[in-house]
Amino acid sequence: MRGSDRYVERTLQLVAFSSLAALVAITSFIFKEGAPFVFRVGLDNFFSGDWHPTAHRYGIGYMIVGSAVVTGGALLLGVPLGIACAVVLGEMCNASLRGLLKPLVEILAAIPSVVFGFIGIALLLPWIREHLGGPGASALAGALVLGVMILPTIIAISLDALRAVPRSYRDASLAIGATEWQTIWRVVLPAARSGIVAAVILGVGRAVGETMAVVMVTGNAVQLPHSALAPLRTLTANLALEMAYSTGEHRSALFATGVVLFVVIVVLNALAGLARRGAGASHRKKAPRVAALTATHRETEGATPR
Amino acid sequence: MRGSLVALAVLLTLAAACARKPSAALTLSGSTSIQPLAEKWVEAYRVGHDALTIAVQGGGSTAGVQAILSGTAQIGMVSRALSPEERRQVHEIVVARDAIAIVVHPTNPVGDLSLDDVRDLYTGAIGNWRALGGPARPVSLITREEGSGTRTAFEGSVMRGQTIAPGALVQDSTGAVRQMVGSDPAAIGYISLGLVDRSVKALRLNGVPPTEQSVDDASYALTRPFLFALRGEPSRAAAQFIQWIHGPEGTALTRAEGFLPPLSEPAHARQ
Repeated sequence: MRGSDRYVERTLQLVAFSSLAALVAITSFIFKEGAPFVFRVGLDNFFSGDWHPTAHRYGIGYMIVGSAVVTGGALLLGVPLGIACAVVLGEMCNASLRGLLKPLVEILAAIPSVVFGFIGIALLLPWIREHLGGPGASALAGALVLGVMILPTIIAISLDALRAVPRSYRDASLAIGATEWQTIWRVVLPAARSGIVAAVILGVGRAVGETMAVVMVTGNAVQLPHSALAPLRTLTANLALEMAYSTGEHRSALFATGVVLFVVIVVLNALAGLARRGAGASHRKKAPRVAALTATHRETEGATPR
Repeated sequence: MRGSLVALAVLLTLAAACARKPSAALTLSGSTSIQPLAEKWVEAYRVGHDALTIAVQGGGSTAGVQAILSGTAQIGMVSRALSPEERRQVHEIVVARDAIAIVVHPTNPVGDLSLDDVRDLYTGAIGNWRALGGPARPVSLITREEGSGTRTAFEGSVMRGQTIAPGALVQDSTGAVRQMVGSDPAAIGYISLGLVDRSVKALRLNGVPPTEQSVDDASYALTRPFLFALRGEPSRAAAQFIQWIHGPEGTALTRAEGFLPPLSEPAHARQ
C-alpha cells in the first residue's frame, strides 16, 4: 500500500511539473520567435500605426490603441454591473434567490466566446447599424460584448472579496445604527476594496486576452477608431486573423504581437496578485478563500477590526 | 491500484496502434476558398475507396504551401498564383477555376460596375452609394485579411498597386464576408463565385455577369485558378485522387458546385 502511495505521489508531481513545463515552453517560444524581431525593426517602427505585412511594414500601435479602447469600454459596462451583481449576491439576497442567481452567473462564464461573437453578429451589429449608424462592426460592439463577457470574472472575485470581510464589521456597523445600505457602502465595500480592485484587474486581463468574439464584432480594420462606431483591430484579433497566412517576417511580427500581449497579461496578473495580497493583509490573512475557510474559527475568537 | 495502471497502459498502447492503422492517408490543407469544394470531392471519392482516409483542413493558401513544405500535408490547396519563391520549392496542378464575384446586399439597386468603380470604392475615392446611382448611404467596405488567396487575387486584378482603404472591415473567411454583406444593406465584398448564394447579389463587371459561360470565354474580368501544390512526385494515392478530380466524375462535381474544371492546357497565365 505504502509503495503504491509513493508511486501515485510521484506521478502526480510529474503531471504538475509538466503543466509548468508547458508554461516555460510557451514563454520561451514566444520570446524566441518574437523578441528579436522587435529589435530588428526598431521599437519606433514596431509601435507605429503602419501595419502592411505584404509591404514589410509592421507597426502594431493602432492595435494597442484598439485593445485599450475596447477594454476601457468593456470596463465602463462590466465594472458597475459586476460589482452591483456581487453586492446583491453577497449582501442583499436570501438563500433561494442566491441559489438561482449564482448558477446563472456560472452559466454566463461557461458560454463559449464564439457564441458571444455570433450573438453579436446576429443581433448587436444590425441594431447598431440601424439605430446608431456606421458599419455596425465597431468599437462599441466590441466593448458591449466584452463588457458582458468579463462579468463572471468580476462578479466571482468581487464576491470572494465581500465574503472575506469579517461578519463583525457588519455587526458593528449595524449595531451603531447604520442602515443596511450604509453598511454596504461605507463599511463592507471599502473593506473589500483591494479584492474588488483585483477583480477589475483580472477583468481587464480577460478583456485584453479575448479573441474570438472580438474578431467577429469589431471589424478588424487597422486604424485609429475616430468614433465609437468605427471599426478597430485588437492585438489578439491581429494574431487570430493573420497567423494562418503568415510566413517568415510576417510570422515573426505576429509572435512579437504575442510578446506584447504576454507582457501586458503578466503585468496585469501580477498587479491583481498584489491587490489580493493587500486584501489579505487588511484582514490579517493571506487570501480571501483561506479567509472563508477560517471564518468560523475567527468568529469564535472575535476578530479585531483594523 | 497497480492493476488499473497496467490496464491504462494497455489501453493507451492499443489506442496508439489503432491510430496508426490506416496505411493510406492523405491530408489536404490550405485555402478556405477551395476547402468546401475539396470536401465535396473527398466525400464523393471516398465512396469507392474505403481504405483511404482523406483529411481536408483550412488555414489559407500560404498555410497550405507551408504545410506541404513541413510535411504535415501531402497536398496544399492554393487559390492564387504561386509566388516565384514558392514555385522554386513546390509545383502546381490546376484542379479547378473560379471567378471572384463582387457582391452587395440583395436590396442594393446597383447592379453593374466597371473595374475602375470597384477600385475607386475600395480605395475610398467613392464613399457613398449615391455616386453610383444607389441609395444615399456610406459604403461599408469588406475585405479579407492580408495573405488571403482571394485578397491577393483581388488586389492583383482590381487594385493595380493601390491600397485598400484602412477603414475597410476585415473578415477572415469567405463565409464571414458573405454573412457581413448579406446583413448590411450598404456593404460590398468579394467572394469566390462558387460560394455566392441568395443572401448576396453578385454584380456584373463591365456589363458581364459572373457565370460559367463568361468565366469560360474569359469575358468576365476576375478569374483565378485553384491549385494543388505538391512537393516532388505525388504518392500513388494522391496521384489517383487528382486524376479522379480531372476525370468525368470529378469535373461534373466541380461544375455542380459552381466552379469550373481546369482548361485542358494548364491555366497558369490566367492571373
